[in-house]
Amino acid sequence: MKEKLTGAQALIRALEHENVDVIFGLPGGCILPAYDPLIESKIRHILVRHEQGAGHMAEGYAHVTGRPGVAMVTSGPAATNLVTPLCDAYMDSIPMVGITGQVPTAAIGTDAFQECDTVGITRSITKHNELVMSAQDLPMVVRQAFYIATTGRPGPTLIDIPKDVLQNEMDWYWPSDDEVRDSLPGYRPNVKGHTKMIQEAARMILAARQPVLYVGGGVLKARAAGVLRELAELTQIPVVTTLMARGAFPDSHPLCLGMPGMHGTATAVTAMQKADLLIALGSRFDDRVTGKVSGFAPDAKIIHVDIDPAEQGKVRRPDVPIVGDCRLVIEEMLKAINDLLQSGETQADVGPWRSRVSGWREQFPLAYDQSEPGAALKPQFCLEKLRDGAPEGTIVVSGVGQHQMWTSQYWNFEEPYTWVNSGGLGTMGFAVPAAIGAKVGRPDKTVWAVDGDGCFQMTAQELVTASLERIPVKIAILNNSYLGMVRQWQEMFYGERFSEVNLSGTLPDFVKWAEAMGCVGIRVDDSQEVESAIDKANSINDRPVVVDFRVAEDEKVFPMVPSGKSNDDILLHHSQDSRREFLR
Amino acid sequence: MSGSNPYGQDSQHHVLSVLVQNRPGVLARVSALFARRGYNIFSLAVAPTEHPDYSRITIVVDLASAPLEQMTKQLFKLIDVVRISELDPRFSVERELIMVTVKATAEQRSQIVELTNIFEARILSVGIEALTVSLDGSPSAIDDFMKALHQYGIVESQRTGLVALPKLDRAAPSATSSATSSNATHSSQGKAR
Repeated sequence: MKEKLTGAQALIRALEHENVDVIFGLPGGCILPAYDPLIESKIRHILVRHEQGAGHMAEGYAHVTGRPGVAMVTSGPAATNLVTPLCDAYMDSIPMVGITGQVPTAAIGTDAFQECDTVGITRSITKHNELVMSAQDLPMVVRQAFYIATTGRPGPTLIDIPKDVLQNEMDWYWPSDDEVRDSLPGYRPNVKGHTKMIQEAARMILAARQPVLYVGGGVLKARAAGVLRELAELTQIPVVTTLMARGAFPDSHPLCLGMPGMHGTATAVTAMQKADLLIALGSRFDDRVTGKVSGFAPDAKIIHVDIDPAEQGKVRRPDVPIVGDCRLVIEEMLKAINDLLQSGETQADVGPWRSRVSGWREQFPLAYDQSEPGAALKPQFCLEKLRDGAPEGTIVVSGVGQHQMWTSQYWNFEEPYTWVNSGGLGTMGFAVPAAIGAKVGRPDKTVWAVDGDGCFQMTAQELVTASLERIPVKIAILNNSYLGMVRQWQEMFYGERFSEVNLSGTLPDFVKWAEAMGCVGIRVDDSQEVESAIDKANSINDRPVVVDFRVAEDEKVFPMVPSGKSNDDILLHHSQDSRREFLR
Repeated sequence: MSGSNPYGQDSQHHVLSVLVQNRPGVLARVSALFARRGYNIFSLAVAPTEHPDYSRITIVVDLASAPLEQMTKQLFKLIDVVRISELDPRFSVERELIMVTVKATAEQRSQIVELTNIFEARILSVGIEALTVSLDGSPSAIDDFMKALHQYGIVESQRTGLVALPKLDRAAPSATSSATSSNATHSSQGKAR
């Protein structure tokens, strides 16, 4: 005889069967039944202070573990609070499963208390979503949600469950892999690249004189960092790692040119502009990378490897499109290249190109003006010290804005899955909850969040969660008392007309706030105090630490490609302007 | 059949025949995707197919608003979309249905009946001063019919979206080029290529 369970019991058991070890969530009216069997479950639940926090924690967890993060909240306002993390995960292809309560089936459509059209609202920001109308469907819907979230191009899925569906009885079953697959006849992600296209790509790679490997987040999603390194070292082709791919290739590697794009290194940006071949691996020609599309890499042929067929030709038409999983495709590419080499083909000489690129790297390192004695701290200086003091393998998480760009620029990323940030959506407030999720996923690693004072004030309340749940994350606030990136644009492009951008240099008192949330709070005003504060923060492992670095308010992020301009119009740090001609 | 483009002189239309799982919300998913990505739709027709698990959505899209390839690829990302057939108007049979109530005074009635016969339309309902007629045909034939009726005064009209199927192959089976081969099909199998 089949075992009778309530929908709620079936949901929790299904999550256990999916090997979920942690749920980030906050209960409320309609999801209440699901919280009852959770008491007996071995799944850890982390009680957040705001549902957006639950979503970003699930994302941070997924970023560092590769496993889908799970956020569970109630209906109505809780579901709408989950919208931002879902959209964030959609833009950055993060596997995540959202579970929302819904009003009872009979009340749907009546504007009931805490009712909202959750599947309607989240339709365009999830890979798939489902309103479950019968308890009997729950195991299959959960399996589909995890299967869809983690296969093909990963992304968020959402399960919306009416209260009565959680309360009703069902006959427990657990669908097989085949049953799940057969239930989704329209979903057959292609992982294996087309052999002929891969061979064509191999020939182009060997023939190119000025090639660049343009590496995006898809390489990390595909767990392809190892084979990427093999490919780069075999062909001696320089590598740029986009914001979503930092860590996919070691920054210390002689072939690594750093980040391309709006605030990329001059070398990475220019190498792409001058390339005769771009090998795009799991990257999507984002506007922040290409600048003005018509002026982007004008002489380059394009090999585009992406698991999502819709990315092929969306922005730039590839000469060789390859739909497939980056790891599998790169493996095949390596084989094809080795076959060609063994059959007597030779690779074009990339030596002159590499020395040209090296020249750029020598001439155009990241640069900032050191602060005068007694003057305000430089955020870049704080980051350098933070980087140098961080234990090996530290995971660094950021919010969105100047501090994010500086972190991406100044950190040395040596390992994959050590960088967590909000790239596509650019969600301010991402850092604190994402860092908590990352630390839950990798408790063995030090997790530093680098945040801005604007970002921090959006989601800081989750440090209460971190303190109570004993999740010892470390937060460095680069506090310039401004919405720094907005200030930079107003200074540079709006004639220094500063509009609604100053957040106050006095309020809040971040140290007191940190202490009120159960954290250690440290304020740093002077460059002499930076290292000792970082050492102290690194030595505390029983609670969260917040370090409030009071930094110069007028510091700007360089290099910069102004919005809408071609990458050729990159603005350099003023100390490098006189050498500009070397970039030609 | 006249050569005029029923969707406007400057427009370039194409028909997508989209096989979807017959599930709640599937039409909303498809239409939301078109709205979200800025793709224009000229017409849309939805109905169950011969198989109860599937419905077919026939969409006439405006190629001026986005490349066809992007439309089909983005559509295909919807989990409920099982197969997409692109029906090139040159290699498809297309039909629409229109119902028109037209003013018909006693002296005009015979003229309208005559037009109805010429166009092979049907009279559905007869009133004292009006007639309701229906015509199924190609979009351009329906346009011509509407133009002819216009002078009598149209009370109201209702036009369905276009439905279409590939033209059948009249060549011998051994022939390498067939008419239907010009209509690309994206199926789950196609995805796996």
